[in-house]
Amino acid sequence: MAKVLVVTSGKGGVGKTTTTAALGAALAQRGDKVVVVDFDVGLRNLDLVMGAERRVVFDLINVVQGVAKLPQALIKDKRLENLWLLPASQTRDKDALTEEGVGKVIDELRARFDWVICDSPAGIERGASMAMRFADEAVVVTNPEVSSVRDSDRIIGMLDSKTVRAEKGERVEKHILITRYDPSRAARGEMLTIEDILEILATPLLGIIPESQDVLRASNVGTPVTLSNADGAPARAYIDAARRLCGDTVPMQVPTERKGFMDRLLRRRAA
Amino acid sequence: MSMGLLRLLRGNKASAPVARERLQILLAHERGMRGQPDLLGVLREEILAVVSKHVTLDPTKVIVRLERGDEVSTLEVDIEVPNDFERKKAAVA
Repeated sequence: MAKVLVVTSGKGGVGKTTTTAALGAALAQRGDKVVVVDFDVGLRNLDLVMGAERRVVFDLINVVQGVAKLPQALIKDKRLENLWLLPASQTRDKDALTEEGVGKVIDELRARFDWVICDSPAGIERGASMAMRFADEAVVVTNPEVSSVRDSDRIIGMLDSKTVRAEKGERVEKHILITRYDPSRAARGEMLTIEDILEILATPLLGIIPESQDVLRASNVGTPVTLSNADGAPARAYIDAARRLCGDTVPMQVPTERKGFMDRLLRRRAA
Repeated sequence: MSMGLLRLLRGNKASAPVARERLQILLAHERGMRGQPDLLGVLREEILAVVSKHVTLDPTKVIVRLERGDEVSTLEVDIEVPNDFERKKAAVA
């Protein structure tokens, strides 16, 4: 059974696109057939983070409007056999995303893939509501920071009321993914703790992605962080999160950077 | 200067508990409002309908405002009635 998963947050810049690419690659590496779909019409970036920006010919809007067939718009990943990208349009208006058109594309994708991962744009406008409209599950990406938590709460409210599943009286399974987490700052009381966030949002935790230079480095070179440095802390956290999405029981921990003696010494000085 | 020392000098306390408390209060309020019809809009429409039965009104001159206080809130209804409304009423009757 194919699953449609929306990666959403309300707030911008919290790591939706990074998360879409990382979870997509991690699930594909497990052997599942995965497509990542960019819903950020006009401001597409998933193609860039996936390193496929020069291979975009047709896009989601072209398929929605019937200008191109779905197979013409799908871009196959060069590293992973099972991973595909459906890019957003850079030029069209987001009003081109009609509910009927998007529904048809999602149905077609369901027939071809195990996972359809929809990368939502920020905000609560049309692009965001279309990205979540047909979702079975949702990953709500949250930073340990007040404005991000507030926006996540709003998005959770939308997932419970504005999705096809909610309107049928069914549930969209929701997960919180905390990104840019800094355990040492949380321990010093400078950052909301995991417990604080989960208590406020009353939604189960999918994973904790630590703040790391790996994430920027991965987007610089256009590789999902789970592939660019698979041993790094964020990659391990994303791989664990992908396993939990598949139903595996994985103990929850905050992965830390493996540091050598010199790193520790330098870090202590720099701090 | 190191951050730790700076913090010590300024006597900063942990800010995360403040964040948690502010969020809890705000979200309790926002969740209550969610999904509800726009209360002031509904009140305004209904008040306008009732008063219009008896007086000819300019709908744009009906203002409904809610002021939130700590203990009680006040609902302020401001309706501008034209001076000749008694005569108009007489004419209708």
